[in-house]
Amino acid sequence: MQLTLEFGGGLELLCDSVKVHDVKVDGGDEKKMSMKNLLHWVRTNLIKERPEMFMKGDTVRPGILVLVNDCDWELSGQLETVLEDKDVIVFISTLHGG
Amino acid sequence: MASSDGAVDDASRIRREIEALKNERSDIDRQISDLETQLRGLQSKTEVVHNDGLAAHGLSPDLIYRHSRHLMLPSFGVQGQSKLSKSSVLVVGAGGLGSPALLYLAACGLGKIGIVDHDVVELNNLHRQVIHSEEYIGSPKVESAAAACLKINSTVLITKHQEALRTTNALDIVSKYDIVIDATDNAPSRYLINDCCVVLGKPLVSGAAIGMEGQLTVYNYKGGPCYRCLFPLPPPTTACQRCSDSGVLGVVPGIIGCLQALEAIKIASSVGEPLSGRMLLLDSLSTKIRIVKIRGRSSQCEVCGENSFFTPQHFKGFDYEKFTQTPLSVAPVKLSLLTPDFRITAKEYKQRIVQGEAHVLVDVRPEHHFKIVSLPNALNIPLTMIEQRVGDISSALKEKQPNSSGSSPHLYVVCRRGNDSQRAVQLLHKLGFVAARDIIGGIESWAREVDPKFPTY
Repeated sequence: MQLTLEFGGGLELLCDSVKVHDVKVDGGDEKKMSMKNLLHWVRTNLIKERPEMFMKGDTVRPGILVLVNDCDWELSGQLETVLEDKDVIVFISTLHGG
Repeated sequence: MASSDGAVDDASRIRREIEALKNERSDIDRQISDLETQLRGLQSKTEVVHNDGLAAHGLSPDLIYRHSRHLMLPSFGVQGQSKLSKSSVLVVGAGGLGSPALLYLAACGLGKIGIVDHDVVELNNLHRQVIHSEEYIGSPKVESAAAACLKINSTVLITKHQEALRTTNALDIVSKYDIVIDATDNAPSRYLINDCCVVLGKPLVSGAAIGMEGQLTVYNYKGGPCYRCLFPLPPPTTACQRCSDSGVLGVVPGIIGCLQALEAIKIASSVGEPLSGRMLLLDSLSTKIRIVKIRGRSSQCEVCGENSFFTPQHFKGFDYEKFTQTPLSVAPVKLSLLTPDFRITAKEYKQRIVQGEAHVLVDVRPEHHFKIVSLPNALNIPLTMIEQRVGDISSALKEKQPNSSGSSPHLYVVCRRGNDSQRAVQLLHKLGFVAARDIIGGIESWAREVDPKFPTY
């Protein structure tokens, strides 16, 4: 399925400083994919350096906000969120500067 | 299992219903508020006839004239202005975010403004901290900011808190204000301010900016989430960039700071819908502003959750520096990774240049830093590239003639402040350059001890 993945707040530095990635992801036999699987896909296919700055254990590291179609993934089931074709997923690191 | 799944479904359905009803309620509240404003407009017209032009809102003729463009706004009007004049806002941090926020807050007719900052104005602040000017370089930021605010509006009451916010003083300071603006620049302060606002029940307008990006939201507002609901665990310290290390386009914190003033004004005047339960994300490079829906208050939140017992006493005893592994003070860390044998001072390095010692100097800063300024004949190999470019170092050393004493050319490493240079030397030792040494304190110490005209940034 077709997904748009966006990285912000400095996370783009982990994937060659590219912020927006239009990707085709294979969800296997099923047509849908969970966020949990997507995270592993991203870690394997997009993260070029310091993977520990993106993930901790099975999920994103503390301080990263994940948005599925402009909505906090806490509201859609976090790792269990089921993604659909053309979804937009944003990974954004919280900023502290001022 | 099935029954617990059912309960989860029910709970999320109920939450959605609550959310929908709350949205309806806020729509109705806004309609009521609009009608009330209209009604007041009608009433004041009739009152004016009866009491020789003196209205009931208590705004003096000068204030009516000063804020006339606010008063003429149907959705803001006399009631909004009157509420503003009785409200108070504390701005923590008079830097890139605090500067524009303070200017607009001073201008808008708030009753009282508090400014917290422990720092002094520096030349490299001025490109973004627009409240300060050259004449205040070296002066406390609170003095400079207060003077600028009073220049705009001499009627506003300004309290200067020339200190950093800490667990020892925060409760006392924050309790004197209705609304708090977080315009700080580090993670421990953000957790500290959040927790203090939760303990005291104050809405918190939180903004952040770095590089070309900004973020904004309102925490702890009428049952909405707090900072810890979103970020229960602090990020690793390596994920916390600072403007002093990563850079920031001046206007970006300017935009976010203005939006912080806007949210504070809306809350103070009870006008509109504050950005609670939502977050604004600004990407200035592509001029994209995204407003996303974020989670509500977390029942498990350690500070504001249902079962939380986070009291003022807990707050006072909480170690925010330990929690975030980051010091509250802005001074950059000074690592000490190498033994003195593998370090030389900037002065010693200067002597070796004068003596004509054969050597190679590797500057391990990122390329865009190297372009700002560099030492003569330095070879730029960023820290992250050292392993890939080992060959360049070897050939640079081979090109140099041996020293008159017969010893092979020396290898020195420099960076901005003397931390990365130590990491690089450790790496070089492992890669076989066992005599590599770093220059203590980097090019900053060169500028301080050897060449005062050498640019720093």
